[in-house]
Amino acid sequence: MKKVLMGSHAVAEAVRRARVEVISAYPITPQTVIVEKLAEMVERGELKAKYVRVESEHSALAVVYGSSASGARVFTATSSHGLLYMYEMLWWVANSRLPVVMAVATRAIGPPWNIHTDHIDALTIRDAGWIIGFAESVQEAFDMTLQAYKVAEDRRVLLPVMVALDGFIISHTSEPVVMPEEKEVAEWLPPREPLPFRLEPGKPFAVGNLGPDSVTMELRWNSWRAAERAKSVIQEVSVEYEKRFSTGTPTGLVEKYKVDGAKYLAISTGAWSGDVKEAVDALREEGYEVGLARLRYMRPFPREELQELLSSVKAAVVLDRSVSIGHMGILGSEVKSIAGRTPVKDVIAGLGGVDVSYEDFASILKGAVEEHEAGLSSEWNVAEWHMPWVT
Amino acid sequence: MSVKYLPSDLNKEAEEDLRKIREKLLSLPAPGASGPTGSWRLYRPEISAAKCVKCGICWLYCPEDVISWVPRELPKIDYTYCKGCGLCANVCPVKAIDMVVEGE
Ligand code: SF4
Ligand code: SF4
Repeated sequence: MKKVLMGSHAVAEAVRRARVEVISAYPITPQTVIVEKLAEMVERGELKAKYVRVESEHSALAVVYGSSASGARVFTATSSHGLLYMYEMLWWVANSRLPVVMAVATRAIGPPWNIHTDHIDALTIRDAGWIIGFAESVQEAFDMTLQAYKVAEDRRVLLPVMVALDGFIISHTSEPVVMPEEKEVAEWLPPREPLPFRLEPGKPFAVGNLGPDSVTMELRWNSWRAAERAKSVIQEVSVEYEKRFSTGTPTGLVEKYKVDGAKYLAISTGAWSGDVKEAVDALREEGYEVGLARLRYMRPFPREELQELLSSVKAAVVLDRSVSIGHMGILGSEVKSIAGRTPVKDVIAGLGGVDVSYEDFASILKGAVEEHEAGLSSEWNVAEWHMPWVT
Repeated sequence: MSVKYLPSDLNKEAEEDLRKIREKLLSLPAPGASGPTGSWRLYRPEISAAKCVKCGICWLYCPEDVISWVPRELPKIDYTYCKGCGLCANVCPVKAIDMVVEGE
């Protein structure tokens, strides 16, 4: 089935096809449209889920946490301040190893109030034990949401998954989406096996009781190993999905765009990667040997794949829609941590939804190539802020 | 360019992890699931049989559920788990519970 849908509705369609049993959410722009659509589906009886209205995001995640612990397949969604309000529960969910799936329509964190996208909100949870995917298109937001259930519930993984989609740019933009029929999805995604445990009446137990310190450390190691395993599971699941449903979305952790023979590598994630591709195309025509590595997943971090890509180029440029105040861009510091001797330039841009065009990307990339060729890449230890309107 | 992530013992490792989650993250209801918490106590609640009116309020309020009481009898405190929080002494309507420095 092919339909024109906006990103939020595509996510809701994926949740419906996953036959989710409990949904709880609190409205916040730009996420609201996702759960409004789901409320409609539940109301019309198209989705046999329990929809729990709550007074805050903290409670929304607590509701799906408890439901997931009792074996249900669950969903929630949020943005920005809502995600921050969930913060404590995010760690409870991940450290309890429950396969919760959450969509985050990314949005800048205030003040000042701003409803437009950057990636800082989603990246504030990068250490919490969630798998974090970033969609580039409406199609990918749909595919990633469905795949999230398969990955999270896999007994080799058992970690929650966050699907980030850029607020408005994906959440409110309509694009054609290929969607497999419900029956086909049901064959591929069976009902959830209640792992790693199931709370049920009459069989009481406690989750996460006080224990020796060593238990905490062992369980963190346990989660860490699961995230390492998740790399191959994500690969497996996305390849299998594409084979069955042929939606055309790239598979694995990293999309490699025109990297063959590339001497310079752009690295980005999220919706604006489409514009970076246009910049790469334009530069290729001008004779620049540039390629793009688009991170589909930030957690687990595609360390090995990026290292392989970085080792075969002269230099790389991270197009970073995030910043860690006091250091550099978040994606930039992650890439630098595994780049070995390859110089990496971190360019912070597009915060608060500031528009960055493909011409901007082209000039950023060209500038980096010129700097490297002039022997100036040793000065790339400090991030550069792309704010052409400030002189 | 293809990276292989699949170590051959992936499934074995995952099963080992799953077993560990169940063993270490979950606990069944049992007295003192967190160990003999009585060792945390700095002050020891002592009930004066002379003052106690056997109302059971201390039994009702003890957050650790370590006071046993049957109506019209003197309550009894299980010192293996009593943390010495002093709540019982605070709520006792006739001030029949003294918090005594542990070891004295
Ligand atoms: S001191 Fe606290 S834990 Fe001990 S019996 Fe009194 S209320 Fe219970
Ligand atoms: S609250 Fe005081 S009076 Fe009442 S049973 Fe306990 S010790 Fe006795």
